[in-house]
Amino acid sequence: MLDKIGIAKRIAQEVKDGMYINLGIGIPTLVANYIPTKLNVVLQSENGLLGIGPFPTEVEVDPDLINAGKQTITMMPGSSLFSSSESFGMIRGGHVDLTILGAMEVSEQGDIANWKVPGKMVKGMGGAMDLVASAKHIIVAMQHCSKEGASKLLTQCTLPITGIKCVKKIVTDLAVLDVLPSGGFKLLERAPGVSVEEIRKATAGKLMIEGEIPEMVLD
Amino acid sequence: MINKVVSNAQEAVHDIQDNAVVMFGGFGLCGIPENCIQALLRSGVSGLTCISNNAGVDDFGIGLLLKTRQVKKIISSYVGENAEFERQLLSGELEVDLIPQGTLAERIRAGGAGIPAFFTPAGVGTEVAEGKEVREFHGKLYLLEQWLRADFALVKAWKGDSSGNLIYRGTARNFNPMMAAAGKITIAEVEELVPLGELDPNHIHTPGIYVQRIFQGQQYEKRIEQRTIRK
Repeated sequence: MLDKIGIAKRIAQEVKDGMYINLGIGIPTLVANYIPTKLNVVLQSENGLLGIGPFPTEVEVDPDLINAGKQTITMMPGSSLFSSSESFGMIRGGHVDLTILGAMEVSEQGDIANWKVPGKMVKGMGGAMDLVASAKHIIVAMQHCSKEGASKLLTQCTLPITGIKCVKKIVTDLAVLDVLPSGGFKLLERAPGVSVEEIRKATAGKLMIEGEIPEMVLD
Repeated sequence: MINKVVSNAQEAVHDIQDNAVVMFGGFGLCGIPENCIQALLRSGVSGLTCISNNAGVDDFGIGLLLKTRQVKKIISSYVGENAEFERQLLSGELEVDLIPQGTLAERIRAGGAGIPAFFTPAGVGTEVAEGKEVREFHGKLYLLEQWLRADFALVKAWKGDSSGNLIYRGTARNFNPMMAAAGKITIAEVEELVPLGELDPNHIHTPGIYVQRIFQGQQYEKRIEQRTIRK
């Protein structure tokens, strides 16, 4: 079973040279720490920056430079700054290659729910609906089951939807799965020490298993 | 060139009346019109409809106007980090309209650019789509969204000149440029007000035509929400 860092490390393996990437808040933000340094990628912050750098040192802190999680950041050499409408223009226009975000539920059709829980204070969707509606490739980082053990990979989402038919790949604490265009979760890899049977039990939606399922290889 | 300089925030916001629709620039607490917010607190205007990506925190930004019950309605994409906001929302004192962030940005841009409506994919199949026209283009579904305009837009820039040309700094640009264009009266507060000719026309982000009033702000706190340091 993977911890949050394990999930982030596995997702980092999906990153290819030359990609422009938007990372959501939480586990997705951690992915940046594990992208191989030999790859040239540019991280987009939806509040108006291409080229997110590391967190600042005490002296580098600049209140005019934050990421979408409102954390202080730095800029990489070659960065560019722009307005929020331009930022979402590049997201909606399909110019961002990869979006990585968290989810509370994903359906076997690729629907995602990650913004609202009935009965709890609604904070808003932020940029999530725009991102999932337009991204070319979406990878979801999530826990396979809730704390109570209920599967979060479902036939249909039970929570209010953020976007429909958009998730392509899921990395959980138990497995890597593709969401097939025709519907269904295709099991690609098992987390270290996790059996196919455990994944089958933890997946409420349609699970497809073909042949031997390899174990993930993490550094 | 037309001189748009007013002496201070109080003078700039003097005619913002009860029940006005007001845009506030900023993302989180970054790039917010701190001086104008203080002036609205002092003016005591109430029943405001605030259009702002976020709602501030309890003791800074729009959170200050919530505390004094000067806000009737807020139109935002994300309103976490604010306990007073939550209390007023749950008690029904405050009306809230949540909009996907890109749609919010584009609705404001459309307002300033004279585009009354446009189609966007964000929110298709979700509760955001309820009551809206859905149309298919090239095999994909899109929602019809309408422009947003305001009686006043309060924006914050780094530098500006007396004719209202503005330059922003870092990610403090965010919603400010679109809001500047979408306000009937746009008030710009700047950290540094410079004489005409000092700003390079090649580097202007907001051309002065959008700005009706400008002043140099005082004592910027520029509060940081999540101070995150590299070890």
